[in-house]
Amino acid sequence: MKKSLKAAALAVPAALATTSPAYSQSIDETVNALFSSATGWFVNFIFSPLPGTSFPWIVMWLVVAATVFTIYFGFIQFRAFKHSIELVRGDYSDPNDAGEVSHFQALATALSGTVGLGNIAGVAVAVGIGGPGATFWMILAGLMGMASKFTECTLGVKYRNEYEDGTVSGGPMYYMTKGFAERGLPAGRFLAVLFAVFCILGALGGGNMFQANQAHAQISNVVGDYPGWITGVIFAGIVFAVIVGGLKSIASVTEKVVPFMGVLYVLTAIVILLINFDKIGWAFGQIFEGAFTGLGVAGGFVGALIQGFKRAAFSNEAGVGSAAIAHSAVRTKEPITEGFVSLLEPFIDTVVICTMTALVIVITGQLVSDPATGQYILNEAGTAIQTVDGNSGVALTSAAFSSTFGWFKYILAIAVILFAFSTMISWSYYGLKAWTYLFGEGKTKELVFKVIFCVFVVIGAAANLGPVIDFSDAAIFAMAVVNIIALYFLMPIVKRELNSYLSRLKSGEIKKFI
Amino acid sequence: MPDKILVGYDGSAGAQKAIDYAVKEAKAHDGSVIIAHVLEWSPYSFLTPTEIEERHKRRTEELQRAETALLEPVVKKLAGSGIKVTTSLKYGHIAETLCKVAKDEGANQIVIGRTGHSEMASRLFGSVAGSLAQASPVPVTIVP
Repeated sequence: MKKSLKAAALAVPAALATTSPAYSQSIDETVNALFSSATGWFVNFIFSPLPGTSFPWIVMWLVVAATVFTIYFGFIQFRAFKHSIELVRGDYSDPNDAGEVSHFQALATALSGTVGLGNIAGVAVAVGIGGPGATFWMILAGLMGMASKFTECTLGVKYRNEYEDGTVSGGPMYYMTKGFAERGLPAGRFLAVLFAVFCILGALGGGNMFQANQAHAQISNVVGDYPGWITGVIFAGIVFAVIVGGLKSIASVTEKVVPFMGVLYVLTAIVILLINFDKIGWAFGQIFEGAFTGLGVAGGFVGALIQGFKRAAFSNEAGVGSAAIAHSAVRTKEPITEGFVSLLEPFIDTVVICTMTALVIVITGQLVSDPATGQYILNEAGTAIQTVDGNSGVALTSAAFSSTFGWFKYILAIAVILFAFSTMISWSYYGLKAWTYLFGEGKTKELVFKVIFCVFVVIGAAANLGPVIDFSDAAIFAMAVVNIIALYFLMPIVKRELNSYLSRLKSGEIKKFI
Repeated sequence: MPDKILVGYDGSAGAQKAIDYAVKEAKAHDGSVIIAHVLEWSPYSFLTPTEIEERHKRRTEELQRAETALLEPVVKKLAGSGIKVTTSLKYGHIAETLCKVAKDEGANQIVIGRTGHSEMASRLFGSVAGSLAQASPVPVTIVP
């Protein structure tokens, strides 16, 4: 990390001082090389396979956790689905609390942190490497992940810190410290510190560099290739204006446009599916067949499964602990209600939006298969499926949507930039909470983090997709390692809350206001 | 039945005229006045994480400011008028909330001032007066 920081500090002024394209390209390359050499070991550790298999232990870790929570809470994601929607609709909100953050607002804010490039670029990566079958595993992971999200968000609200001035701070750091102390367990503080460190890395990686990187890819896809640091500096400037300068107008405009973009994205996907309705059956056939056979993709069906689970986790962040930070800021008398609301996030994010992206890529025939065998053809390196125009990541999604609506790549470019931006704003907040947990609250300390955050925007935009996406994944999954350990120890507390709430709901003590 | 008049008040000159009118009416019919201020708020708006964190604090501040800067001065001014004056301070959609307050408090008329929006603005965003006229459970008087 230190190395790449130094590289960035040198690269930014140097890059600004020159206009020669050849020189700036080489700066991109330097940043890149330094970055991958500095983070390689960390990435390798997180994604090391289980002994004797090609299955990364971290993917297993997330799946097992989601399964455990699903069973432990008796398929809460299905049982409480209707109640969750009623909560978001405001049926149970006391009119006298109007003016406080509503469940809808909490959900929308948490979603704008997760809906983003993971849904557009991440899915394209999953389908590009793992084939259509990855979609099946992605949906499954999304459904299971709802239980993980429910667990962590309930705890996030229950153990947050409330300060005298009425503000709150919460998240896994706080439930690790306070929850462990309450249950008389050791090492809560140790886990909390570890989580906070990974959360800062995750905020700089998946919540920042990955976003800047893919935003740049999308812009250069539309306007033509140019050095990444230029996008980086512009993005960093805007992010700086918002998080340091307190320029609320930009943030609030983004917060309003992002949901609109999300809806537009899904609607366009639905229109494309309707136009190709005769192929929907075939596409689902590919998804199911690919899920269990792989249809010739690299790594076979295990490859499809790994990609599906990985991208789902990266997109909806269930079990990662980030949503627990976002939800804990909401004032509510019942912590469990935030858990209910949050379980809708993996559903909207993964089961709805990610699936749309995957279906559009498959249905528009972006993946090249051998007509004789029906198996997918791999690219020259053998690492991914050959696509029609050789696209991957966000460019693949763009090509898929544009094959039906040529103008959509411009809309998508705007959507990607806005999604990237809103995700950055959300993660700058998550990272800041972890930072202040470690170093204490205070204007100067907060400023230091915010400046580091902006520097990483530039690094992310300049680096190649490979090293950035690997590091982004690794940092976010490292958060999940620590968070899930804590969730296992604290899940009986959530169960107690759940039982108490459900019995009061049944007895009519908790009632609707409308 | 004595009049119980609900006045929508936002501190503007138009709202002041509405209060003057309501007080005159109340005096004439041995009635009372409820002065209501609604802080525009939608539970379906979008907030950043930082705004969410600060919301409770901001809400407390907003309520306090409305109380001291808007409602208290009016109540003080009307102290010598000889009629009973109460206040109501709520968050929500302005017209809907005024209707709800009228219902809850048992008011038998609502009085509001005119904001004087241009025709274009009213067409785009709708006006409080227009929505009230459509939705109010009691007669509405709009004071020019």
